[in-house]
Amino acid sequence: MNKQPKTIWSGRLFNFMVFGLMFTGMAQMPIFKRYYLADVPGFGWTADFYLNHILHYILATILLFIIFYRLGKFLRQPGREIELITPIGWVKIFIWAGLIFTGILRVLKNQPNIFFSPQVVVFLDWGHLGFAIILGLAALLGKILGQGYLRD
Amino acid sequence: MSISRRKFLQGLAATGLTTVLPSTAKAASRGEELATLLDLSKCIGCGACVEACKETNAHKFPRPKKPFPKMYPSRVKPSDWSDKQDVDDRLTPYNWLYIQTAYVTWQGEEYEINIPRRCLHCQNPPCANLCPWGAAAKQANGIVRINDKICLGGAKCKKVCPWHIPERQSGVGLYLKLLPSFAGNGVMYKCDRCFGRINQGLVPACIEVCPQDVQTIGPRDEIVAKAHKLAKEMGGYIYGEKENGGTNTIYVSPVPFDVLDKAIEKGPGRPHLSSVPNSMAKEENLAMAVIGAPVAGLAAALLTGISKVSQDKQGDKDE
Repeated sequence: MNKQPKTIWSGRLFNFMVFGLMFTGMAQMPIFKRYYLADVPGFGWTADFYLNHILHYILATILLFIIFYRLGKFLRQPGREIELITPIGWVKIFIWAGLIFTGILRVLKNQPNIFFSPQVVVFLDWGHLGFAIILGLAALLGKILGQGYLRD
Repeated sequence: MSISRRKFLQGLAATGLTTVLPSTAKAASRGEELATLLDLSKCIGCGACVEACKETNAHKFPRPKKPFPKMYPSRVKPSDWSDKQDVDDRLTPYNWLYIQTAYVTWQGEEYEINIPRRCLHCQNPPCANLCPWGAAAKQANGIVRINDKICLGGAKCKKVCPWHIPERQSGVGLYLKLLPSFAGNGVMYKCDRCFGRINQGLVPACIEVCPQDVQTIGPRDEIVAKAHKLAKEMGGYIYGEKENGGTNTIYVSPVPFDVLDKAIEKGPGRPHLSSVPNSMAKEENLAMAVIGAPVAGLAAALLTGISKVSQDKQGDKDE
């Protein structure tokens, strides 16, 4: 736990995926056209809701694979050093769990043969957005405190 | 929900309308999707449905506060239909149904085809799937509704709708209480298939008042079968069954819809009649990858672990 996860948590691929998901997630709101980003040459695609939705799916697929691959490697280690996880690390892990849970249910909801009530849809949408916002705040707090997921 | 359902059963049993299929009440009680069939060969364009829609849904129409908040950036303009509430020749926040008319010649015969236009209530609606705020959603009975209590009026639903059906009114809704100048711009409005009447055991107003019995409501599979039967009898054509992956509004016309599409007036608030592929097809295909990724990740970790253990054992033997 103390060696391998740290490389992936701080890895460039992981950070790129998180940034990409954050960006394509924000692109689900009609703000990039309103606030001129889509007017910048080469950025017209940021106002394409369908394209960004599909990119969000693709990036989520890759990130989920990475997260669960690392989780699997951690779980099969004989000495799982859970005590190495920092308090802010625990907070972020729980937020990630919420983000993944609401995201996967949202994907299921978009399938033609699966139905969620309008009330559940509001809960999922607001929950997914809320988890994304508090994950950003927790990451910022971690930076300020100088704490990653694991103790040094 | 159970009260509404019971009321619906009782109400439908009492209607006696020929425009309601007998199995509708049972289907509704099972939570199945209801669809409507529009026989365009019957529609005379009298406008009774448009009038009934306006009267029945008047209590849901926006009552905007003026002046509207100043919008930033200034390119964002308010949408205001409050002084044009009588407009009935296109879709507006105050007119959720209107009649398109096509004058065409088909196979040597002249036709006047009147087409009641409103939201088609897609089976997998992109407006609901792509709304980032949960304001647009599909109900179990197939109605696609926009919740005017939480809609922020960003108009994404209108952009992603293949027919651009929802219409915006500024000066109403939740955005006024959040960041009125910087986010949102009102509320989106469209046909909600008279969801309140359905809950009370009544059929949508447009169906009830039609003097020509143009529309029929019932379980979707039966409506589709009825549409095919009707199309076969009249040598006609179907629209809405497969458009956008399937809708709950099925039109049957004696004239092909691509011919009608060329003859109708199109533009803002006036939707087309061209064929529409499934807007959510790519997401539907990618969904298995997203849902399967956690399992694949765990399996990969397990397999690399097994491989490592066997390599270690092999190494021990070699030593």
